Amino acid sequence: MNDANHASKIARIIEAYPADRRFALAAMQDMQHEFNYIPAEGLSALAAYLGCTTAHLYSMATFYKALSLNPKGEHIIKICNGTACHLRGSVNLATEIKRVLGIEPGQTSADGEFSVEYVNCLGSCALAPVMVVDGMYYNKLKVDQISGIIDRYKQEDAARKDAKDGGDDD
Amino acid sequence: MINGTDKILVCCGTSCIANGALDVADALEKELAERGLSGDVSVSVTRTGCSGECEQGPIVRLMPRDLMYYRVGARDAKAIVDSIDGTPVKKLLYRHDGQFFEHMSDNPFYALQHKVVLKDVGVIDPLSLDDYRARGGYEGLKRALTMTPDEIISEVEKSGLRGKGGAGFPTGRKWRSAAGYDEWPKYIVCNGDEGDPGAFMDGSTMEGCPHAVIEGMIIGALAIGAEEGILYIRDEYALARDHIQHAIDDAYEAGILGDSVMGTSHKLHLSIVRGGGAFVCGESTALMASIAGRVGEPRAKYIRSVQRGLFDKPTVLNNVETLASIPAIFRLGGDEYAKLGTGKSKGTKVFAMVGKVKHTGLVEVPMGTTLRTLIYDIGGGIMDDRPFKAIQTGGPSGGCIPESLLDLPVDFDALTEYGAMMGSGGMIVMDDRSCMVEVARYYVDFLCEESCGKCTPCREGLRQMRAILTDICEGRGREGDIELLERIGRTMQDASLCALGRTAPNPVLTTIRFFRDEYEAHISRKECPAGVCPDLTRFAIDAQACTGCGMCSRVCPADAIAGELKAAHAIDPDKCIACGSCREACRFDAVETTRRMPA
Repeated sequence: MNDANHASKIARIIEAYPADRRFALAAMQDMQHEFNYIPAEGLSALAAYLGCTTAHLYSMATFYKALSLNPKGEHIIKICNGTACHLRGSVNLATEIKRVLGIEPGQTSADGEFSVEYVNCLGSCALAPVMVVDGMYYNKLKVDQISGIIDRYKQEDAARKDAKDGGDDD
Repeated sequence: MINGTDKILVCCGTSCIANGALDVADALEKELAERGLSGDVSVSVTRTGCSGECEQGPIVRLMPRDLMYYRVGARDAKAIVDSIDGTPVKKLLYRHDGQFFEHMSDNPFYALQHKVVLKDVGVIDPLSLDDYRARGGYEGLKRALTMTPDEIISEVEKSGLRGKGGAGFPTGRKWRSAAGYDEWPKYIVCNGDEGDPGAFMDGSTMEGCPHAVIEGMIIGALAIGAEEGILYIRDEYALARDHIQHAIDDAYEAGILGDSVMGTSHKLHLSIVRGGGAFVCGESTALMASIAGRVGEPRAKYIRSVQRGLFDKPTVLNNVETLASIPAIFRLGGDEYAKLGTGKSKGTKVFAMVGKVKHTGLVEVPMGTTLRTLIYDIGGGIMDDRPFKAIQTGGPSGGCIPESLLDLPVDFDALTEYGAMMGSGGMIVMDDRSCMVEVARYYVDFLCEESCGKCTPCREGLRQMRAILTDICEGRGREGDIELLERIGRTMQDASLCALGRTAPNPVLTTIRFFRDEYEAHISRKECPAGVCPDLTRFAIDAQACTGCGMCSRVCPADAIAGELKAAHAIDPDKCIACGSCREACRFDAVETTRRMPA
């Protein structure tokens, strides 16, 4: 993404709200949604717009779980760690992901492909344990299913990459 | 006979959607269209909110025949449409002791409930204002509009309604004190930041019947004289937020919200604020700080928020379920509502029953129903008929209750005597394969992450508790750890700034109180009796009991189990990661736990 495009996206998100500090969280959530994280320039642009310090926004960005200052991977694996999922073995899912991908909740793989995180209860306790990859729910998941699921995402990416390399001449 | 009154209700609550309910609804509509049963004449498909028995979803109900189908897939669409005026699809019915049951009321999960707040959830299309109105929606508001603020508050006081978010503060009294301040503007705020892990009551209510929450807020605003209201909804609840927003838009269009509430001179504007994903924001002052665009840290409540709350103005903050109870109180009358429940806890309570219980789901019962009724009669007992060990109520602020107390009535007061509380309604059922020390560590770990860090007892107390509990779970427990945990816990209860810190030790203190022997087993014998803590547990296969079916080796993620089909299998202890998958998979109870000496 080029810089001008980036900056205009940020401006569009910020200016959708009145210049009132009570909309700081909402604007940051929109940035998080758009970029998968809050870019540093987004934080300073918002501070200038609202007339507050960047430090004020930084304190919010590090406080709220929905916000992240680091870029996340292309695929986001969310392991529900609500109580029901915990009792039905969500920790074992995380252990297995670590075995397969080498990353723990809170980390992103070196190739930028996957991020793993624990999330608070998703409210689907009947389906525990639940794992969500890019919005797709995997219910009543068993440990031995995980490597297959991750392989599928890897294969899809590889196929997409092949298609792009083969078909794209410019 | 299909005569245009037939309806197919498809549960589209969060769990059922995750189970494919939207595909079921689409398939049903397609099937109806193919048979010319869509359009004017005919059968309509309604996508409802959570119908309750999430474990058996997706759930489909045919009305007015009241045929209830469970675990429905898109492939069943044809058979279901056939059954509108034909014989019921047997394989989708509720089955018990070899018999099949057709109606909702035949299933004890539903028959023993008493729905007030959830009356319309799972029945109406949450996106339809007409559906809500057809079942008495906004009738309560109409009545309230003929009353003075004082009369409105008196009606709520008569009902005995108390805050259902857990604290149980009398709603009428809260409204009366906010109404008494002569300072404007005033605000009404709905707390939809349901952060308890394992609880989805408020989310399901907002998803399934958003207008009930809005109607409750309007009546509250009339009572205190607020002209602006905010719903603070958890970031993770996208569906609930969409439905509430849709309902707000419809209410504006119908003249229920806006500069003239139902044609009167009252004004009310409502908007949604998305939560930022912080558990502490369920605390009233933290929530208001968050709405105002600050970090969600609580403040000391020398001055209560009814006097100086949001933007330092008088504010009433009520939980979703409390507000959703208001319309019924005005429709039925406060006296009628007060007939339900116990002496000091009136009305009903919604619970999310989850964990190792057969029928996970959303349940509403009168206050005072016993835990035993909830777990065994409504919940159907423990999964795989294993022994019950404990039920955790009240989320991370609550406690674990052992079997000896199962006949206690659940209301605001009975459980607090035992260091637990009813809380907002999360109920987590645990069996003999749940380790109470590990559960305590789980809650402390959760709270440690969620503590805002403003006051020392909560921030440092939780950290130290986590370190001690982790040591115990990993085989480094020492004599005196239990007493140290108790001392830290009592200090936190006395000295923390807000309710999060003051109640945070409850899971630890109640598990110590009722399951002290498990702590002692971990500390002195380095043994996890439940076979959960991996550092203290080793699994082995009982060669006598093993039938050689191979289930265990198929589910083992570490390839640690070997054996010929139909011959006893064995676990290689060097490869075993003690995840317990084999024990869960074995249908012959052949996987045993033994002690593992920590390295």
